[in-house]
Amino acid sequence: MSNPIHNLLEKVKPNFEKGGKFEKLYPVYDGFATFLFVPGHTSHSGSHIRDAIDLKRTMIMVVFAMVPALLFGIWNTGYQHFLAMGETVGFWDEVLYGALKVLPIVTVSYAVGLGVEFIFCIIKKHQINEGFLVSGMLIPLCLPVEIPLWMVAVATIFAVVIGKEVFGGTGMNILNVALTARAFLFFAYPTWMSGDKVWIGDGANVALQHADGFTGATLLSQATEKSSGFVNVAGATYDDSFMAAFIGMIPGSIGETSAVAILLGALILIATGIGSWKIMLSGLAGGYFMGLLFNLWGANEFMLVPAHEQLVFGGFMFGIVFMATDPVTASQTPTGKYIYGFLIGFLAIMIRVFNPAYPEGVMLAILFMNVMAPLIDHYVIQANINRRKKRLATAAA
Amino acid sequence: MTKVLKIKQGADIKLVGEAEKILADAPLSDTVALKPADFAGLTPKLTVKVGQEVKAGSCLFYDKNNPKIKFASPVSGEVAEIKRGAKRKILEVIVLADKESKYEEFKSGDPNNLSAEEIKANLCDSGLWPFIKQRPYDVIANPDDQPKAIFISAFDSAPLAPDNDFILHGQANLFQKGLDALSKLSSGGVHITVSAKDRADDVFLNAKNVQLHQISGPHPAGNVGVQIHHIMPVNKGEVVWTLKPQDVLSIGKLFDNGQFDAKRVVAVCGAQLKSPKYYRSILGMSTKKLLDELAKEGENRYISGNVLTGTKIEADGYLGFYDYHLTVIPEGGEDRMFGWITPNFDKFSISRALPSWLNVNKKYNLSAEMNGEERAFVVTGEYEKVFPFDIYPVQLIKSIMVNDIELMEQLGIYEVSPEDFALCETVCTSKIPVQSIVREGLDSLREEMS
Repeated sequence: MSNPIHNLLEKVKPNFEKGGKFEKLYPVYDGFATFLFVPGHTSHSGSHIRDAIDLKRTMIMVVFAMVPALLFGIWNTGYQHFLAMGETVGFWDEVLYGALKVLPIVTVSYAVGLGVEFIFCIIKKHQINEGFLVSGMLIPLCLPVEIPLWMVAVATIFAVVIGKEVFGGTGMNILNVALTARAFLFFAYPTWMSGDKVWIGDGANVALQHADGFTGATLLSQATEKSSGFVNVAGATYDDSFMAAFIGMIPGSIGETSAVAILLGALILIATGIGSWKIMLSGLAGGYFMGLLFNLWGANEFMLVPAHEQLVFGGFMFGIVFMATDPVTASQTPTGKYIYGFLIGFLAIMIRVFNPAYPEGVMLAILFMNVMAPLIDHYVIQANINRRKKRLATAAA
Repeated sequence: MTKVLKIKQGADIKLVGEAEKILADAPLSDTVALKPADFAGLTPKLTVKVGQEVKAGSCLFYDKNNPKIKFASPVSGEVAEIKRGAKRKILEVIVLADKESKYEEFKSGDPNNLSAEEIKANLCDSGLWPFIKQRPYDVIANPDDQPKAIFISAFDSAPLAPDNDFILHGQANLFQKGLDALSKLSSGGVHITVSAKDRADDVFLNAKNVQLHQISGPHPAGNVGVQIHHIMPVNKGEVVWTLKPQDVLSIGKLFDNGQFDAKRVVAVCGAQLKSPKYYRSILGMSTKKLLDELAKEGENRYISGNVLTGTKIEADGYLGFYDYHLTVIPEGGEDRMFGWITPNFDKFSISRALPSWLNVNKKYNLSAEMNGEERAFVVTGEYEKVFPFDIYPVQLIKSIMVNDIELMEQLGIYEVSPEDFALCETVCTSKIPVQSIVREGLDSLREEMS
C-alpha cells in the first residue's frame, strides 16, 4: 500500500516495538495505527471468514446516535440563555453561544478520559479499547452546561479509574461509566447537580437581571410543587408542557432535554441493532406504568404529573435510550433485558417522585439495576438449567 | 415423515465460487495422508515404518487409549514419510500410492445376518470405525458404548457446501447396506434428517430401517448437532453417534465386497478457483496437483473443509479425514484506512451497522481477514441470533473460560461441538476464538470424566 500516512506509520513503528525507543508507548501507537487503518490480520484458527463488524464500528454507531442530542443541546443552550436574558437573537447566534459552552466540556471529557485510558494501557500493556468513545460523549451530555471544566475532568478520571479500569477495563465494568461520572458529581458537588439549579448558560447572572418572576428551574424541580402550569426560563407559562419537553426547548442537562433528538438516536440504535429495543421499550413501559400508578394515588402534586409527561421530563428518555442499553452493564439474556428495562423505568419514576431531593431518579435507577443485572441473569439462566435437569430426570425415569 | 422442524436462528452466508454439479476425475493423487490432528483427543500409536508396503485397509496407527480403534491406509503403496512436529508429535503419515490399489480382505456379507459385535469388529478392523463420531465431546465413538441413537444429516448447510443429493445419487443399494449395518448398533435406531427446502434425493427418502426427519431454516440447520438437539437432546451420561452420508457409503461397500473403499467425491470450490466443481478422489488426497491446475493466481487461503469450520492447509497439503470439501478463498491482509467507519459494501455482516443487510442475495468474495481485533465481550444478543439451541452460548463460553466444569454441564456442553459455534465465532464483534474455546472445554470435561 502506498498511502503516505501508512508509510509514515510503518516508518515510526520500529520505535514502538520491542527494543525501540518508545517501547513502553506501544499501546498508544497501536491505538492510533488501528484507528487510522483496520489491520489486515487474517484468521489463524476457527472460522476463516469473519463478519465485518468490530468494536470500533459498534461504538462509533452509538456516538452517531448521540449526535442529534448533542446538536440540539448546543442550540438549546444558546436558546435558553437568550430567552432568559429576554433578548431575541438569530439562530446562528444561539448555536454559537451554545457551541462555546458545550464543546469545551466535550473536549475535556474526551481528552481526560482517553488520557487515563492510555496511561492504563501502557501500565497494563494491553491494547486500547474503544469503550471510552461512547462514555466520552455520554458524560458531557448528561451534565448541566454550567459545570466547571475541572469538575468534568475530576469526574471523568473517577469514572474511568474506579468505574472501569479497576474492574479490568472495557467489557468488565459493573456500573455504567458515564453514570458513575455523573453520580460522582451528584454526591460530591450536590449544589451543582441537584436538579433545581438553573441549568442554563450564565444562569446566576441572568437571575440577577431578571429578579422578577424568573425561575429558570427545570420542569422536574417545578413538578415537586405543581403538576401543571410549568413556566419557562423567562417566566412564561408553557401552552403545552408535554410538547415543550418533547421537542426539548426546556432547561436541563445538555443532551437530555429533547425527546425528539433522543428518539432519533434511539431509531439509529434500533435500526443498526446496536441498542436493545427490548430494554428501551420495557423501560418506557415501566416508567409509564409507575406514572399511572402515581396518578391514581395522587397524594401530592408531583404524583399528579401526567404519566406521559413524566417520561419526557428530566433525563428519563436519555437514560433509557443511551445508558440503560449499555450492553456491558445491562442484563445479557433476552428475557433478562425485559425485566431489567422495566424495573429501570419503574424505579426511575418512583425515586423521582418519592424523593424530590433526587429528581434525577433515572440515574440512580440505572445504577441500581446495573448492580442487579447479574442477579436477573442468574435467575433467567437458572430456569434454563432447570429445564435441562428436568429433561434428564424424565429421560432417566 | 414427521412434521418439519423449523429453526429461525442462523445465517446463510452466500459466497461466490459454488461448485458446479459436474463430476470430474481429479488428477491422480500420488500420495495420500492421514493426519492424527483431525481426531480430537487422539494419541496415535504407529504400526508402520517408512518404506513399509501397505494395502488399502492396512492399519497405519491406532488409538493408544483404545487399541480397537484403527486408522487404515486409504490406498495401497509404500509409507513414504512420517512427518513429525514439535515434541515428535505425528503430523502426517504419508503413503505413496500404487497405480492400482490392492485391498486387504475383510469380512463381507449382509449386515442383517450379522450380530452387532461382528459388525463392530469388522468396522474396527477395517479402519472404518473412526468415521463414527459421538456426542458428547465430538470425538470418535467408543465401540463399547450403547448409543441412544445414530444421527446422519443428509445435507450440509454451510457456505459452498457439497450437495449430498448429487454425490450419493444412484447409490441407494450401498447406502442402504451401510444403514443396515448401523441400525444393528443402536437400540434407538438410525435417524436421517433431510432439508425441507428442496426435495432430497431418493437415496435418503427411500431409505429403509431408518427414521426420517425434516428440518428447515438457515445454516446451521444442516449441522447434526442442531438436529439432535431438537429431535433427541443428549443428556448427561447419554451418547449419540453421528456420521456423514459418504461414510455410510464406505460402510456399505465394506459389507458388500469386504474392502476399505476410501473413494470420495470432493467438492472443490471457492472464489479463487478457475472452475469449481466436484471431483472423484480419495480420502486424504494430496491437493497439490489439483490446486496447481485449478487455483487462481494470488495469495490464497486453502481450506480443507468449509470456510466456517475447515482447517487451513498448504497448497501442497492433504484433505482432512472428515472433509469432502476443499475451499480456496483469497487470503487478504491489506490494512484498510478507516475501514471501521467506511461502508464496506464488499464485506459481509449480519449486523445492520453495515449495508450488507440491504442486499440479502448478494454473493460475497470474502477473504480470511479478521476485520478487527480481539476484545473482551461487550455486545450481547449477537450469538443468540445464529445459535439455534436452547442453550445460552455466551454464558457457556464464559464457563469454559473459567474452567467451571459443573457450570459447563449445567449450561448444556454435552450437546454442542465446536462446529455448532462456528457462526458465533464468525459474527463475533469482539473476535473471540469461540471454536477453540469450545474444543478446550470439551477436552477438559472429557479428561475430568475419564
